[in-house]
Order: sequence, then structure tokens, then C-alpha cells
Amino acid sequence: MIGRDGLTALVEVLRARGYTVVGPTVQDGAIVLRELESAAQLPYGWGVDLEAGQYRLRPRTDGAAFANAAGPQSWKTFLHPARVRQWTAERVDGELVIEADDTPPPRFAFLGVRSCDLRAVAVQDRVLTAGPHPDPTYRGRRSGAFLVAVECTEPGGTCFCASMGTGPAAGPGYDLVMTELVDDAGHRFWIRGGSPEGTDVLAELPGEPASEALRTAAVHAVASAAGRMGRTMPDTDLHRLMAETLDAPRWDDVASRCLTCGNCTMVCPTCFCTTTEDVTDLTGNHAERWRVWDVCFNLDFSYLPGGPVRASPRSRYRQWLTHKLGTWYDQFGSSGCVGCGRCVVWCPVAIDITEEAAALHDWTRRAEDGAS
Amino acid sequence: MTTVPVPYRVTAASAETADCVSLEVTPVGQALPGFTPGRFAMVYAFGVGEVPISVSAIGGGHRLVHTVRAIGAVTGALCRLRAGDAVGLRGPYGVGWDLDAAAGSDVLVVAGGIGLAPLRPVVRHVLGHPGHYGRLRVLIGTRAPEDLLYREELAHWRRAAAQVEVTVDRPGPGWRGSVGLVTTLLDRVDTRPDRTTALVCGPEVMIRHTARALLARGLPAHRIQVSLERNMRCGTGHCGHCQLGPLLLCRDGPVVGYHRTRSLLAVREL
Repeated sequence: MIGRDGLTALVEVLRARGYTVVGPTVQDGAIVLRELESAAQLPYGWGVDLEAGQYRLRPRTDGAAFANAAGPQSWKTFLHPARVRQWTAERVDGELVIEADDTPPPRFAFLGVRSCDLRAVAVQDRVLTAGPHPDPTYRGRRSGAFLVAVECTEPGGTCFCASMGTGPAAGPGYDLVMTELVDDAGHRFWIRGGSPEGTDVLAELPGEPASEALRTAAVHAVASAAGRMGRTMPDTDLHRLMAETLDAPRWDDVASRCLTCGNCTMVCPTCFCTTTEDVTDLTGNHAERWRVWDVCFNLDFSYLPGGPVRASPRSRYRQWLTHKLGTWYDQFGSSGCVGCGRCVVWCPVAIDITEEAAALHDWTRRAEDGAS
Repeated sequence: MTTVPVPYRVTAASAETADCVSLEVTPVGQALPGFTPGRFAMVYAFGVGEVPISVSAIGGGHRLVHTVRAIGAVTGALCRLRAGDAVGLRGPYGVGWDLDAAAGSDVLVVAGGIGLAPLRPVVRHVLGHPGHYGRLRVLIGTRAPEDLLYREELAHWRRAAAQVEVTVDRPGPGWRGSVGLVTTLLDRVDTRPDRTTALVCGPEVMIRHTARALLARGLPAHRIQVSLERNMRCGTGHCGHCQLGPLLLCRDGPVVGYHRTRSLLAVREL
């Protein structure tokens, strides 16, 4: 068990070990992820009110640092950056000299990785490094990263990790995991190691063994969070549901609301799609390849010489949702949704992924009722 | 590293039609091993960009041929290359034609337009392995007579005992051949549905119609292989552009059995 001084020490220890420590902090009216120089920058005493299409900071009286659910960014900002230079090419006497960008990857320590986001990192691990062509940028950043997870004790109004099986308790994959408690006994963190390096770091922190009472209280706080999720995904086989509802009229309904802005893909912690940009300088002899985040809502995304494959907003929203909840299983062996609720919060027209899935589920049930 | 192109040099550039060029490329240094018929490379035009192009010939000395149709900025730049020019290549990527599955059976090649390019190495392979396969039929549909690819080679295929049939959409003066969709050519060949493997490549609408016509003639869907096209940025399964429902076509394709794609191709804008 550590107190706030332990958290301060944690940031110092990680920085002393050469890590760039990234964690939540208040900026521009939101809790954002940024490099932390000290634990004093953590959002102590800030909570959030989350609703579809709405995000508001709210002061808390208890001084808790991590009782604020998912913010607009996720860790993919750091592990799978929005812009990466992949290589440079020079044309020298008619020959091409192409060199991979060999900028050494930063060594990140992520402080405050929520259970949903811990799962999201595992999902991106699978997408970007499990196949025959592991992505060098992601692998370089990911392999050196130190993850301090935080279990969720205060879900937001748009959270549904409990129904996705991704939280609020932290799954595997962390180096350290904390459960924050603020009560009559004070502001404390039950902290445990999850890797040899995590255990080493833990040994350097000022703290004391966690009492049985503290452990019980922490387990209870996490368990009770599961019952306070603001949203729930329908309890059905979503993989199958998505495959069976490609012709559902609900897609027209949601398309009439969707602006195809792509906010959902930007904030989603697992959305990984990218496109490429080739640039040259004025001499015409130096070229660069940049990889940038792309959005399946863009018309260009599916462009072929005959035109885009997915021209209608209906087909583009359907692509996003059926991929996230359905075909992700076929492609990568798991769901692409971790229940963080970001897509619900940051949709400018308040489209709710759980509501859309429920509507599709209702449609199949009505169809079955009609058939029987 | 599979995200960085390897330098190749154009050793021959030959105009096939008004807008198609076959580029023979040879590695400058390190070669990319592992190309088989139906697999593709990401071909880089310096400073312009990359496009996925299936190999249209696999030669000795790590030589490869890519037949490119000028339809955009990158393909336009590639078609302007001349012998001696430099290109970048990544790959090979994807799953090619399953020729093992065709062993012992008749091979029915059906191509639409530039779709003949990824099938040419199949025809060469089959002709190069007499006794391994049954009868070889090549059915080609193209826009106009002057858009027909590999004209001299087609004559060679005929001499080598392949049945080659050609149809065009727009016959010009002097065209005495067949006019209409490539599916009309199916009536010219007597297909033995229980012992035929069909390999189909062309525009998606042509693939759908051809596959449907083959099913109607009794070919099982799993003996129909189709090569599909989607936007591709990476070739390595990471950019997300080439999705067709559950499939990532750069990884699970471009050649896929029709039994896996039939229902997907039936969904509009999937």
C-alpha cells in the first residue's frame, strides 16, 4: 500500500529509470494524457460527467486522482502515433537509396492505464504485432513500455466494460496495478506488481504491506463499480449479431444521424487504420513516406479506380460497427470493443454504440418472433 | 523490414496496349523471394506513391514482371518508366492461386481486362507442367480488340494446346471474333464440373457473373478461385483498407475461394 507520497515517488523512480512518464492531467477542460514531470500534475480532485455527446469536468471533494473514467485520448496516441515517418528515399545518380526511419523509440511509462485501456493495448498488440509482419513502430514503442494499470472504482455514464468483460478489474499485462481508495482512513493505493520490473519498482516506493481490510475494501470498490456502469452492451453473441444484420433497416436510421466525421475512430483506443502520404522536397530527389491515422468514414478509405466501395454513410457506419463488434473476431480473434465509451461521449450527434447494437438485437428478435 | 521498399531496376518496359505497360524489374541488390502466381507486390514510384500489383511473370534471376494499367497518379508514373529507371518493391504479400488444388483437374482460366495479368503466370505454369493438369481453357473478355493483352503469347498458348477464347465489348472494324460478356464464352467450352478448377480475375461485377454462371454449370463454389481488389496501403494487414467483411484481402487474399466470398460479394457496399 502506498499513499500520495508513494505516487510522487513512483513518478520519480520511473523517471530515474529513464522512462518518459505519461499520465492523466487536466488541460483545456478535459483530462488528457501528457508527459508528467511529477505526480502533482495528476488530476487530483477532478471527476467527469459523461453522457452521449457530452464531456464535462467536475470537481470532487475527495481528492481522488483516478476517479474520472476515460478521457478523449488513449494510449494508442503514444504506441501507434497519428503521424509516423516510416522511411526516406533519396535518388542518387538514378539509384534509389531507401532507409527505414531509425529514430530510437521513446521508452514510455504509462501511469493510470484503466482496465478497459489495458485490454485495448492487448487488442492492438494482437492487430499490429501478432501477424507475419509485425509493425516496427508499434513494436519498438510497445516492447519498452512500462504499464501502471489502475482499476476502475468510478465508472462514467457511458462506460460498459463490465458487459464487454474487460473491466472494471484489471486483466493481465501490467507491470504494476493500483486500486485507489479514499475513505475515513485516508487516500491510499493498493499496489501490486505484475512483472519482475514492476516488483523492482514497487520495492523502491515508500509504503507498507496492505492490510486485509484494505484489500477487502479495494476488491469491494471494484466489484461495486461493475454494478454502476452507465451503459450495457446487449447480452448476445455480437460477432454473430453483426454478421446476421447487414441488411437491417437500422443502418438507414443511424446513417440519417451520423455525420461521418470519424470522431469515434479517433478516440477509439483500438481503431488502428492508417493511410500513407508520400512527400518530396523541392529538389525532387528526396522523398518520404509518412503513415497517418485514417478513418473508415472517409470516402477515400475504400477508393478504387471505379469509385469508393462504400459510398453511402450507411455502408461506412456499418463497416465501422460490424468491424468493431463482429469481423474483428474473424480477423484478430477478439472483439475490437473494450467498453470504454469514448465513441459515445465524443460523437457530436450522440450516437451510442450500445444503443445501436441493442436496436440490431431487437430487430433480429422481432424477425425470429415473426418467423415462428 | 516489410514496410520499406527494396530498390529494383526496370530492365524492360513494353507497351501492351494504349494504357497498359509491362515492367520487367530486377533487384539492384537484395531480392524479394517468395513470389508465386497470384501474390502481389507494393510497387513504389519514386516520390509519387505505392500501388498493389500482382505479378504477371516470375522469371529467373529474381526478375518479376508487373503489368500496370495507367488509371491514376501512381500507375501513370509507373507506366511512364523506361528501362534503366528505378522503382521500389515490397512483398510478396497475400495468398496466391492454389494450384495444388487444381492438380489433376481441368483448369479454366477466366479473365476480364487487366485481370489477365495475375493469371498469366498460372497459364505459363500449367503449360510448363504437362501431365500435372487436365485440359487448359483460357477465356478472356476485354473492352475492345486493341485492349487485348499479351497477343503474341496467346497465339503461343494456342499452339501449346490450350483452348483460348476471346470476346470484346466493343468490336472494331475487322473484328470477326465473339462480342459480349466473358460469360458467353462459357458456352464454347465443355466444362466437366466434377473435375474443373476455375480461376477468375477481373472487375468485381465480372467475377460475380462468372462465378454465378460457373455455379449454374455445376462447379462447386470451393473449386472457383477469385482474385479480388480493394484499396491497399500497407500489404501487411495493418492499414485496414482492404477489408471485405471478415477478410483482410492483403492477408487472406487477394485470391480467395468463392465459397468464402460468395455471400460477402452479394452485400452491396460491404
